[in-house]
Amino acid sequence: MLKIIVCIKQVPETDKVRLDPETHTLIREGVQAIINPFDLYALEAGLRLKEAQGGQVTLLTMGPPQAEAALREALGYGADEARLLSDRAFAGADTWATALTLAQAVRKLGGADLIFTGKQAIDGDTAQVGPMLATILGIPYVAWARKLTWAGDGVLEVERLLDHGYDALRVRLPAVVSVVKEINEPRVPSFKAKMQAKKAVIPTWTLADLELDPHEVGLAGSFTQVVRVFPPPARGESEIWRGDPQELAARLWARLKELGRR
Amino acid sequence: MSLIFSADKCTLCGACVDACPFGVLSLEGERLSIGEGCTLCGACVEVCEAEALALPEAEGPSPRPGVPLGGIWVFAEQRQGRLAPVALELLGEARRLAAELSVPVAAVLLGDRVAHLAPELFRAGADKVYLAEHPALAEFVEGPYAAALTEIAARFGPEILLAGATYVGRAFIPQVAAGLRTGLTADCTAFALDPERRLLLQTRPAFGGNIMATIITPRTYPQMATARPGVFKRLADPCPGEGEVVRVELGSLTAAGPCTFVGTVEEIRERLPLAEAEVIVAGGRGLKEAKHFRMLEDLAELLGGAVGATRAAVDAGWIPYAHQIGQTGKTVAPKLYIAVGISGAIQHLAGIQSSDFIVAINKDPEAPIFKVADIGLVGDLFEIVPALIAAIRRERE
Repeated sequence: MLKIIVCIKQVPETDKVRLDPETHTLIREGVQAIINPFDLYALEAGLRLKEAQGGQVTLLTMGPPQAEAALREALGYGADEARLLSDRAFAGADTWATALTLAQAVRKLGGADLIFTGKQAIDGDTAQVGPMLATILGIPYVAWARKLTWAGDGVLEVERLLDHGYDALRVRLPAVVSVVKEINEPRVPSFKAKMQAKKAVIPTWTLADLELDPHEVGLAGSFTQVVRVFPPPARGESEIWRGDPQELAARLWARLKELGRR
Repeated sequence: MSLIFSADKCTLCGACVDACPFGVLSLEGERLSIGEGCTLCGACVEVCEAEALALPEAEGPSPRPGVPLGGIWVFAEQRQGRLAPVALELLGEARRLAAELSVPVAAVLLGDRVAHLAPELFRAGADKVYLAEHPALAEFVEGPYAAALTEIAARFGPEILLAGATYVGRAFIPQVAAGLRTGLTADCTAFALDPERRLLLQTRPAFGGNIMATIITPRTYPQMATARPGVFKRLADPCPGEGEVVRVELGSLTAAGPCTFVGTVEEIRERLPLAEAEVIVAGGRGLKEAKHFRMLEDLAELLGGAVGATRAAVDAGWIPYAHQIGQTGKTVAPKLYIAVGISGAIQHLAGIQSSDFIVAINKDPEAPIFKVADIGLVGDLFEIVPALIAAIRRERE
């Protein structure tokens, strides 16, 4: 029986988050908390592997108490159980401190054969927690998987995306695998699973439960610090051209040549 | 740990309440209330003019040690004996930073039979090349690459370690940072130095490019960052192609690790990879059909560029995923980006915001792409693009 862990993150819907260029304050009107969209592909990958090979899917997230909603929603897709890692001491964690906290939870769960993550979270866009988690646990990491084939005997064949195309790798479990959206089409949650998820008990693990030192987690345990947040530099004024397509094309070509000379 | 609030300094202006991305701050009566869910992001501290809010001073997991003497390093990514352009760009940036710190620049070259690349790294700005050649490094696999770079960095002590934010860099550099127990900042678009504290100021976009953040690694070495390809500039004048090659014998690599390379199953059939293209012609939903990408390929070829696409065009099956640009695809930084029939969803804009010059061609004058475009052509792409192709061909004949 495969022990599969899927790490998810609750994120703000990022296309709604903006900094006011004048006041530098965040405009978060109508911003909702959602499951990081890339994590749904990781969850689907975990569920499919479980259905094909037998096993159990456990969801893991670190976040404030309200992140429980993301776990509950993800349970509705058919995951078996979930753990919320939440403690005031975890606040301000960078990717390292997050990975360290998750690693401790994985150990407390008795380890896993496979840990899936999404490509990256849409708020931070770092793609760092998965590989750091693998290093802390001392197991292999494979990034950007688009296809998984069970080769038997604890070996997984992975096709993954790199800049030049797709490579095939063979990895002996346990391992951490991050997936890209090409890998599958996430299912629509069934009504039954959704109803079960509503009633599910989701244990919260705190700093004490994880037997971690407060200096190892959250802001205190982070190696990086954000020192400034500001709006992206504005691009110059746009020139808008209208008119006859032939003339527009000729004018554009003239301008492109000019640019090319600079 | 929680936010430090000095009620005596607070003017109840409410700026922090608006600034909090997580909505945990509120004004209750005559006092600021800090609710559950604070991540100590610092957005409120930034806007508080009365300086009533502060982040707790983090006590490090370890005290900041003495500055290592290895200088500034760049991971010299290569595949099949060809260097990734971002490695050369970062050597240019490293030289600029090294001049301020008066330290040397080194490149780390991993692979199998790649020693011939050293002169190119010297010309691009490296004083020294750390070279590790091993059959296990012939093709990229996270485990051996992470083990090799971790071992070399632990042995020779860089102060700063930079790598391209390519698929390869973003896959294994976090493992190196974790192995070295130091911080890492992803996908940076600008670097600067705080000379007094000798800190690398690492600036990157977050929240899909809606917000920029400057990040430091204040207590540990090396200070590590991956950097967006195409953003940093190579040296204008190449250095002499000479320097010291330090051949490193690795103790950490074994022939049969738990993860092995099987083969390349598909090469992306591009004349030019998107990450390296100086010109990109990209198409979106407005192209309507797969066959119309042919037109973009023609234009890209005439301009010596590559073809990109939005998620909508990829999801419609008009072009393979490898061409997808945006948050769910690739991030690009060409000199010229021509957006054809692209409305400009924020996820797409996140992937193109580092482009030098953006041209947009779209029927809809309200399309958000026009807000980021340097030149916006309002009109029918099926008339404008063929006319542009014809104009270029006419002139070249």
